[in-house]
Amino acid sequence: MTSQVSSTAEQADGAVVAEQRPPLPGAGQDGASGPSPEGGQQAEAKEVRKLDRVIIRFAGDSGDGMQLTGDRFTSETASFGNDLSTLPNFPAEIRAPAGTLPGVSSFQLHFADHDILTPGDAPNVLVAMNPAALKANIADVPRGAEIIVNTDEFTKRAMQKVGYAQSPLEDGSLDGFSVHPVPLTTLTVEALKEFDLSRKDAGRSKNMFALGLLSWMYHRPTEGTEKFLKSKFAKKPDIMAANIAAFRAGWNFGETTEDFAVSYEVAPAASAFPTGTYRNISGNLALSYGLVAAGRLAELPLYLGSYPITPASDILHELSKHKNFGVRTFQAEDEIAGIGAALGAAFGGSLAVTTTSGPGVALKSETIGLAVSLELPLLIVDIQRGGPSTGLPTKTEQADLLQAMYGRNGEAPVPVVAPQTPADCFDAAIEAARIALEYRTPVFLLSDGYLANGSEPWRVPETDSLPDLRTPFATGPNHTQEDGTEVFWPYKRDPETLARPWAVPGTPGLEHRIGGIEKQDGTGNISYDPANHEFMVRTRQAKIDGIEVPDIEVDDPSGGARLLVLGWGSTYGPITAAVRRMRTDGEYVAQAHLRHLNPFPKNLGEILKRYDKVVIPEMNLGQLASLIRAEYLVDAQSFTQVTGLPFKAEQLATALKEALDG
Amino acid sequence: MADATTAADAPRSFQSLSLVPKSEAKQSMKDFKSDQEVRWCPGCGDYAVLAAVQGFMPELGLAKENIVFVSGIGCSSRFPYYMNTYGMHSIHGRAPAIATGLATSRRDLSVWVVTGDGDALSIGGNHLIHALRRNVNLKILLFNNRIYGLTKGQYSPTSEVGKLTKSSPMGSLDAPFNPVSLAIGAEASFVARTVDSDRKHLTEVLRAAADHPGTALVEIYQNCNIFNDGAFEVLKDKQQAEEAVIRLEHGKPIRFGVDQAKGVVRDPATGDLQVVDVTPENEADILVHDAHNASPTTAFALSRLADPDTLHHTPIGVFRSADRPVYDTLMSDQLDEAVERQGQGDLSALLTGNDTWTVAG
Repeated sequence: MTSQVSSTAEQADGAVVAEQRPPLPGAGQDGASGPSPEGGQQAEAKEVRKLDRVIIRFAGDSGDGMQLTGDRFTSETASFGNDLSTLPNFPAEIRAPAGTLPGVSSFQLHFADHDILTPGDAPNVLVAMNPAALKANIADVPRGAEIIVNTDEFTKRAMQKVGYAQSPLEDGSLDGFSVHPVPLTTLTVEALKEFDLSRKDAGRSKNMFALGLLSWMYHRPTEGTEKFLKSKFAKKPDIMAANIAAFRAGWNFGETTEDFAVSYEVAPAASAFPTGTYRNISGNLALSYGLVAAGRLAELPLYLGSYPITPASDILHELSKHKNFGVRTFQAEDEIAGIGAALGAAFGGSLAVTTTSGPGVALKSETIGLAVSLELPLLIVDIQRGGPSTGLPTKTEQADLLQAMYGRNGEAPVPVVAPQTPADCFDAAIEAARIALEYRTPVFLLSDGYLANGSEPWRVPETDSLPDLRTPFATGPNHTQEDGTEVFWPYKRDPETLARPWAVPGTPGLEHRIGGIEKQDGTGNISYDPANHEFMVRTRQAKIDGIEVPDIEVDDPSGGARLLVLGWGSTYGPITAAVRRMRTDGEYVAQAHLRHLNPFPKNLGEILKRYDKVVIPEMNLGQLASLIRAEYLVDAQSFTQVTGLPFKAEQLATALKEALDG
Repeated sequence: MADATTAADAPRSFQSLSLVPKSEAKQSMKDFKSDQEVRWCPGCGDYAVLAAVQGFMPELGLAKENIVFVSGIGCSSRFPYYMNTYGMHSIHGRAPAIATGLATSRRDLSVWVVTGDGDALSIGGNHLIHALRRNVNLKILLFNNRIYGLTKGQYSPTSEVGKLTKSSPMGSLDAPFNPVSLAIGAEASFVARTVDSDRKHLTEVLRAAADHPGTALVEIYQNCNIFNDGAFEVLKDKQQAEEAVIRLEHGKPIRFGVDQAKGVVRDPATGDLQVVDVTPENEADILVHDAHNASPTTAFALSRLADPDTLHHTPIGVFRSADRPVYDTLMSDQLDEAVERQGQGDLSALLTGNDTWTVAG
């Protein structure tokens, strides 16, 4: 990997106010075993190399705490000021049998001194907590990379369990890698011998030992992790102290052992970030915050009707914490009741949301159709995962696009909005709410598992910079009958937006009945009249087609590109990284990314026709490509992958180069 | 707590509706009739129920803009169109779910669900049982005609075994649900049964249901004169009804029949209920109906008295009306408690969190 070679990091222009390399974490202070303060002097003698970026993958058993370890390293990295991108990857089983390949859980983190877009193609460092973790991940690790293995777990039985006839640590199969064999469990137990813990319990802290070691290797600030452990185990002081001791012992081990001769610095990515206050944020958290913010901006109570489903449940969890914002969360008996309750709340004047994944969307389809007919605002958040059916619950895919577009009976158009990065889920949620409220329509927000669980730095917005989403309710009659009486017509539309009035119960004089049966234009009364149905079907479609969405922007710095790469959703990172590579190699490539899938931006057709070639990479079998070809008669080429994992930039760059040359 | 037996003219607070604004003007039945032409088959039992509900509404004295009728799909589900209140004619089986969202987000509304035996017990069975166990402040009127009417006459989940219909030419095989038993089993806090043609009884039951805090399920035996005519004749025909109908009245011995000659006693050996001829010896053993009993056991046993085929010994009235925490109140209390604990939500503080760094220009 080119990134692992030493390089002088560019000095940042902007000052970065962040925690710089801290002193040794508590060495010699409160009984943490491990080296004494002399370790610090040894460290100064060790070589420090500067890198521009690093990709680390932590891998272990589902019960080894790899996601927590990754999260903590990410937090340290974020507070240090690097740009970063993460890829948690875990099995659907909560605790698959220990030591098996299906039980391996991993967390990949890419961090850099410049802006980056993906969690990285291949790790520079693999931390393998057991033979299964090594076996499951080694194929992704390029020769020359560093591998830290927990040798304690490389017992004959554990190796046999995953099919290693001989120890990979000894049979030469890891020649070409820089292997650090570390008895992580033994060292952790040794470090915690002063604690009144069984060997098994003490060994549980080995992930914190590993985190300490990696934190030393990469000069990560440690206060955040110590603060986190103190708060997480506030009620279990022994466990707290043990974890902190293991963490510090790991750090000190790095400083003192000769096996780790070099540590690395990755400078803060100051120039990549505009001025502001930053935090690290995952897609599902950003989306949850976007919903809370949208409720505030609309001055409406937020109502979530939801049924737990991977990978969307975290939004339900998060929103249920914010009842002090007036947020009501309703965990329903099933997916249908989740959206049903949301629709009921929308009728009552709430900003209503349902959250789910693909299988849940299938169950909600009939209610979405009802919402189309009732013309009430409703957000349907689909965190896409691998399908069909149960598919790959914890893996990512973009294969619900056509379901969102067309998955209902009758002509039932629904706007579709897709975020492109984890932090962008915040803005996309607000945009989806804007459309739902202004046009009184259900709206799909299509995120996916990669965005949901991945994280990146986010510049915290000023709340007064966010859009005004206030939407007036109907307050009085809107129609004068021939005899002069003033009446309320629930389907008399706004001439500009074609939205119907939102008259909520409790408003005197506007009592009306709505339903899924076809309605007469204007009055909303039941109508089976042929001409009226034709008119209503076309009008509902015209309303969606007429939604104002921003023009799509094309990134073509040279202005000379003849190939356009068009994407949507979470492929933004990998596509942008691939395009950068190609440009570095002197190629001309234009890039555009769709946030609005329905309706498409008005300038999209004209943009597509500017280029000789259009390539559409997607994590499905070409769903956007089908829509584009049908709508614009453009010979778009599809480049697709359905592995449950995001594209790798290298692979995309190769495919784009082939398309360019082909 | 009101009893179905209490006099209609007694002043009422309708405690379950205390948050719903009152009407300033005096209301009449006419105020609750919408301008839509009623389109049920001539002779349908639904007309009687509609008239009873429209006639009862003024007694609640609520601002009619704060009343909402939500229905599913089926003949009875056209009901909201004919009420001059807010209304939603939704999709098959989902009315309790939709009404739950409305009632839990708007406690200032009086929310009524109108459903049928197919809508509530077949396609929507899941939503019904969960609304009942949660005890959301909903009044559910379940029109049970023991047939699918709108799809033209297939057997329903309450049809008797062996029912000959278009979809069961050799007789239906399904054992029917007893809606009252089902509701009690689903932790319902209020369960009642009444009959479309008995306006006085129907109104009394509506009154008790309206007064109940939480979910009230009212099963209304309703005649479909096209596809299942006379299904409840035994309960309506004056002579037959005397022996077939058991009128439950809270606090009174459960007696029925000519000269109240029959009564319900508990079999001391099994705990089951049985019908006996009342004699001076056993008169003291006749069960006294306690609708407010916290335990649902006896109410359940009462629901099992009726013969599912002949409908003999069918109790009507309020089986159960017990106090239980109301879901929407609990939900609202949690919101208040969250504000007490965490303070009013501060969006800027939420977005910022407590783990940030600053990039200066």
